[in-house]
Amino acid sequence: MNYILSLFIDFLAKFDVPREVALVIFPIIPFCVVAAALILVVLILVLAERKVLALFTQRKGPNRVGIWGLLQTVADAIKLLCKENIEPNVTDGILFTLAPIIAFVPVLICWGIIPFSSEFDFMSISTSALLFVTIAFIPVIGTVLAGYASNNKYSLIGSIRSVAQVLSYELPIAFVLLSIAVLASSLNIKDIILSQISMFQVCGWYIFPCFLGFIIMFISSIAELNRCPFDLPEAESELVAGYNTEYSGMRFALFFLGEYAMMFASSAFIVALFFGGFLSPFGFYISEKIFSNNVIAQLFVYFEQAFWFFLKTFVVVFLIMWVRAVLPRLKSSDLLKFSWKFLLPLSIINFLFICIFKYFVLLGGIK
Amino acid sequence: MTNLLKTMEINVGPQHPSTHGVLRLVLELDGEIIKSCKPVVGYLHRGIEKMAESRSYLQYLPIVDRIDYLGGFFNSYAYCDCIENLLNVEIPVKAQYIRVLCMELNRIASHLLWLGTFMLDLGASSPLFYCFRDRERILHIFEALTGQRMMYNYFTFGGVRFDIPNEILEDISSFVEDMPECIKDYENIITTNPIFTSRCVNKGIITKRNALQYSITGANLRASGVGLDFRKSCPYLTYDNLEFDISYADGGDAYSRYKVRIFELYSSLKIVEQCIDFIRSSSEPILNKSVKPVMLNIPEGEYTSIVEASRGLTSCTVKAGGKTPYRVKWRTGSYYAVQLLPELLVNCEVADMMAIFGSLDVILPEVDK
Repeated sequence: MNYILSLFIDFLAKFDVPREVALVIFPIIPFCVVAAALILVVLILVLAERKVLALFTQRKGPNRVGIWGLLQTVADAIKLLCKENIEPNVTDGILFTLAPIIAFVPVLICWGIIPFSSEFDFMSISTSALLFVTIAFIPVIGTVLAGYASNNKYSLIGSIRSVAQVLSYELPIAFVLLSIAVLASSLNIKDIILSQISMFQVCGWYIFPCFLGFIIMFISSIAELNRCPFDLPEAESELVAGYNTEYSGMRFALFFLGEYAMMFASSAFIVALFFGGFLSPFGFYISEKIFSNNVIAQLFVYFEQAFWFFLKTFVVVFLIMWVRAVLPRLKSSDLLKFSWKFLLPLSIINFLFICIFKYFVLLGGIK
Repeated sequence: MTNLLKTMEINVGPQHPSTHGVLRLVLELDGEIIKSCKPVVGYLHRGIEKMAESRSYLQYLPIVDRIDYLGGFFNSYAYCDCIENLLNVEIPVKAQYIRVLCMELNRIASHLLWLGTFMLDLGASSPLFYCFRDRERILHIFEALTGQRMMYNYFTFGGVRFDIPNEILEDISSFVEDMPECIKDYENIITTNPIFTSRCVNKGIITKRNALQYSITGANLRASGVGLDFRKSCPYLTYDNLEFDISYADGGDAYSRYKVRIFELYSSLKIVEQCIDFIRSSSEPILNKSVKPVMLNIPEGEYTSIVEASRGLTSCTVKAGGKTPYRVKWRTGSYYAVQLLPELLVNCEVADMMAIFGSLDVILPEVDK
């Protein structure tokens, strides 16, 4: 971070901008980058999801707006923006408007926490992984408020289901995170990623000691995202559209945006914990080989890291979409049983195993 | 002060994504447990029985396709059969085979649509597209044959309207050839899927006694352990010359109903295959020319015809009264299945509701008529 900061200060100094201004402006830049990237990624994700589902069901997917349907999501977004915001008479006015905001804003923060390359962690605090899990939990409050404020029975049932679901899947995630923390001896996401560097290259990724943990984390993340097969809060065959039944226009778009952005953030988190985050799968960075100039190479390494991060994340996102294409929906009671009776004990066993592994294998190696 | 322990009353339908039309269920919920259920039907009532009384016999013929728009051929056949029996005319054997062929293809199309929407009710979206892909082939065949995708108006008094050209027979036989593979595909992603089985096994059990008391027919009855199929027990048309098996399961639950319907797909394919062979080799006429459908004048009399439709027994009773029917009465399978809903849904969870309701294969136009 300091390296880029000094570059930035030098750059502004050429235009006679004082150092203090540069220090103030600098932290704002990543937020702008994140916000822009977020919109872009969501636009791509929505299209990608429709294309992937079309692929699995032998259809063509959207292909009318723009080349290969690329502008389809833009058209949809414009439609949603231009739509009238319908608000039923009996809603709880303030909460009704507040709910989509609460559901969306934490996702932005989650995006800020993730280090997309080794110097791009401007919200680097020592327990950022814990912070991520905590903040990722907040959107459910928006869901609850939406269900309560809509004054609609379907919405209410949907939001109640959502709370029960997120509460029960939060624990397995915590235990998996704990076992990763034991492996990495850190709760900082960047440190976790960097500790996956090893002389065995790909084999250093934590998916190898902690494969069980990855499975638990993957399932729990899908459940937290309310996606198929855990999409009970918005099960359209039972609850019409669940908690967002009464929402339309931009308010609905915020829920929608939040859902997809969160899907990407969760996948990125999984990639950071298990797939070495921004590390190159070859053990070296390609740009280091291409560019002889050290400074340029260093700059391109950052972009390459981001590239690897995004690539791995999209693979995980693809897996989540694949699951959606194949599986039917679980029943709400089965869902809770699955979490409390199966995933939670399994995640504790995984935690114990990782502790033993760390003590006897990794530490033993050092001795 | 409001009582927090009060149960919640909720209206499912008539505008709801998965009521298969316009069924309205008034549910009383305690948490997610259904305490009572009251089906309200009639939102799609078109007065199809009453319409008959002001029309000539032929004018009524296109209307009967609309009773169950997913199984138009069955209704068409039931009505034609009534008129033919009232007139005492025989229909040519080839026409009989064509009717069987059409009805069995229609059964496959109807079951495919059921499978797709049932899986959609359970939250799986992909099977819907696979099923519609294959159903589309049947609809193409029907369109080529009759000019319509759903409302065929193809059977007529004394036979069928057009002969089947050879190209269409080729299409049908290639479809019959491909179909078993497709059904295997569905079974691969559905039958042993743990989520599917956990949602269907032992859900919505119709006991043998219940099924008989509520006069449930068709696949729903066979899934409850009664091997009653009117194609076998009182064969009409050429069914006694055709070789096919009927299946029944003992479970009575949603999973058994699924199994029975999947088996019916195979047995229907078998029947279609045999029909193709006969139709190819036969050069008989397809229409009994002695019937003059336009100016029919049937003396007083009454006849009831029965047909094993895709959703159970469909029967048509025509009481003739000169130039128009005096009264036409339709009995359709779905109506009785809806009647059973309160019995099945009470003390179930809301999530089970759609699995149970979907597995009964109810279609609302058939209920409301």
